[in-house]
Amino acid sequence: MSILVNKDTKLLVQGITGKEGQFHTRACVEYGTNVVAGVTPGKGGMMMDDVPVFNSVKDAVVKTGANASMIFVPPPFAADAIMEAADAEVPLIVCITEGIPVMDMMKVKNYIQGKPVRLIGPNCPGIITPGECKIGIMPGKIHEPGRIGVVSRSGTLTYEAVHALTLAGLGQTTCIGIGGDPVNGTNFIDCLSRFQADDATEGIVMIGEIGGNAEEDAAEYIKANVTKPVVGFIAGLTAPPGRRMGHAGAIISGSSGTGQSKVEAMKANGINVCENLAYLGDVCAETFK
Amino acid sequence: MKIHEYQAKELFRKHGVAVPDGGVAFSVDEAKAVADKLGEFPVVVKAQIHAGGRGKGGGVKVAKDAADFDQYANEILGMTLVTKQTGPEGKLVKKLLIEQGLNIAKELYLSILPDRATAKMIIMASEAGGMDIEEVAEKTPEKIIKVYVDPLLGLMPYHLRSAAFGLNIPKEAMKSFTTLLKNLYNLAVSYDCSMVEINPLVLTAENEVIALDAKMDFDDNALYRHKDVAEYRDLDEEDPTEVEASQYQLNYIHLGGGGNVGNMVNGAGLAMATMDCIKFAGGNPVNFLDVGGGASAEQIENGFRILQSDPNVKAILINIFGGILRCDRLANGVVQAAKKVGMKVPVIIRMEGTNLEEGRKILADSGLSLINAADLKDAAQKLTEAIQ
Repeated sequence: MSILVNKDTKLLVQGITGKEGQFHTRACVEYGTNVVAGVTPGKGGMMMDDVPVFNSVKDAVVKTGANASMIFVPPPFAADAIMEAADAEVPLIVCITEGIPVMDMMKVKNYIQGKPVRLIGPNCPGIITPGECKIGIMPGKIHEPGRIGVVSRSGTLTYEAVHALTLAGLGQTTCIGIGGDPVNGTNFIDCLSRFQADDATEGIVMIGEIGGNAEEDAAEYIKANVTKPVVGFIAGLTAPPGRRMGHAGAIISGSSGTGQSKVEAMKANGINVCENLAYLGDVCAETFK
Repeated sequence: MKIHEYQAKELFRKHGVAVPDGGVAFSVDEAKAVADKLGEFPVVVKAQIHAGGRGKGGGVKVAKDAADFDQYANEILGMTLVTKQTGPEGKLVKKLLIEQGLNIAKELYLSILPDRATAKMIIMASEAGGMDIEEVAEKTPEKIIKVYVDPLLGLMPYHLRSAAFGLNIPKEAMKSFTTLLKNLYNLAVSYDCSMVEINPLVLTAENEVIALDAKMDFDDNALYRHKDVAEYRDLDEEDPTEVEASQYQLNYIHLGGGGNVGNMVNGAGLAMATMDCIKFAGGNPVNFLDVGGGASAEQIENGFRILQSDPNVKAILINIFGGILRCDRLANGVVQAAKKVGMKVPVIIRMEGTNLEEGRKILADSGLSLINAADLKDAAQKLTEAIQ
């Protein structure tokens, strides 16, 4: 079992003919993902390797039955691409693009509300169910089918957690990068509730960072709703306030969003917090043994 | 991106947000010329730096006559202004804003910003103007009014009314207030502001509502569609190392505060976690540096050189989880950089992921005394040894 994506997922790629789109589409195909269509406006009728390209998402969905989309469209056009996918009612939309203006994402977030779609990202590595389906830019090789769910705001930190779980022989059910932007489609709680409901998932690793209150909200949710063991990690305990640490969402503003308040909220709600990344593997092995 | 108050007021004026008469000056003579043009005292002299708390630091003075004005303009221009936001080293004042004094009846607070949790714009307002709004929010949250606006719907008249009645704006000043708020909202949205703040917004004895202060912060990701704002960038206000790094598309932040360990990482989250690791290992990170997923050998070389240029750096930790950025490419970049610019301090490298073995071989065969760590724990231990 897994959440959101599995071997039956039929993927379309928006921006498939761009450099990034081509590179990562090939990596997904190689991993075993069923890529059924690509979309690049004006290039409908072409083929990218064995994948047919369409002019619009609607065309691609009608002709191929795609039920998930991976977006590699550049930032100025990415919000439009997400809304096009939402309009075509693609159930799962994964936006990899980094650098989308916040104002655009606020419109997207309000636009997709009430539509039968789920957006993951933007500015994220994507989602993977090891051995079945990879949608995104994560290195497939480090993953191993197993029993722990991973949800994270950061790309390379997700890889660290995955690597630690693989080394510990625990493996992963599904790993989701929800992205480092202030306004995103899927939050921790959306993922936590699915992991809780998924029989195959026996434990959860949750990786947050400074900025916003998503980790605090998730910690309270866990206490009330999650019975499975959770390991938590927060990046940026030493980050100074007022500086954006790479991710648009990773900024401490005033007294809100500090690493310390997140760690405290996690501890207070029964999450096993690992503060030093070097020991993440040990804490996971101990918690999930 | 932050801009100066005088630049924000230029934008305000252009978009129908009332501000006091005045102008910017880069010298005392220019300041006098602006004051002469205003014609009457009091005149306000305001230091222009990218930090708040200027008044408390002595960077804002009200001149009652020409003698006062001379003294203040001379004092403030060229002073090193220390506020709670500048850090103890302060900032050199190179520009002044000279403005007409107003007949203030009441000071208010007003800001507009995107709210990440609700994906709505928030209009925040308070009758406790001029105060530190964080403090007001903490001690007396009931004094803050929040009006949420759906970005798809836009600003409606009832939003304006909620703010106006919440602030107890007198009937005579209603039109002035709602016009200002409407124009300010449109400005904030059309310019992709991550924050617009007026503190204080003043109600004058003549029942006019005027922005006495102006703070604007813009979404860096949206600057491509606001070329006029991008031109407001003031490199004087930025850390020179950060400016240099940005020329190589390196995401570098100088942390200050007596750091002694430089670090280079791929990915923002991992970079933050690596800074934390350095702290746990008994060191203090000098910087945040995310070289990203597609770093070239040239970028790695420049990053390495920039890290070594800091005289306080006692050791460098390179932490890479190879995904798209393969370990062999990183190793090649580091070896090339070390050969070219030399190694002044111990360099510890921890790599994991794609092409790890090839990367390790490149480091081992390089003939350089790079310290190869087996994992992050080992790296931390080697770092502790290196800085002792």
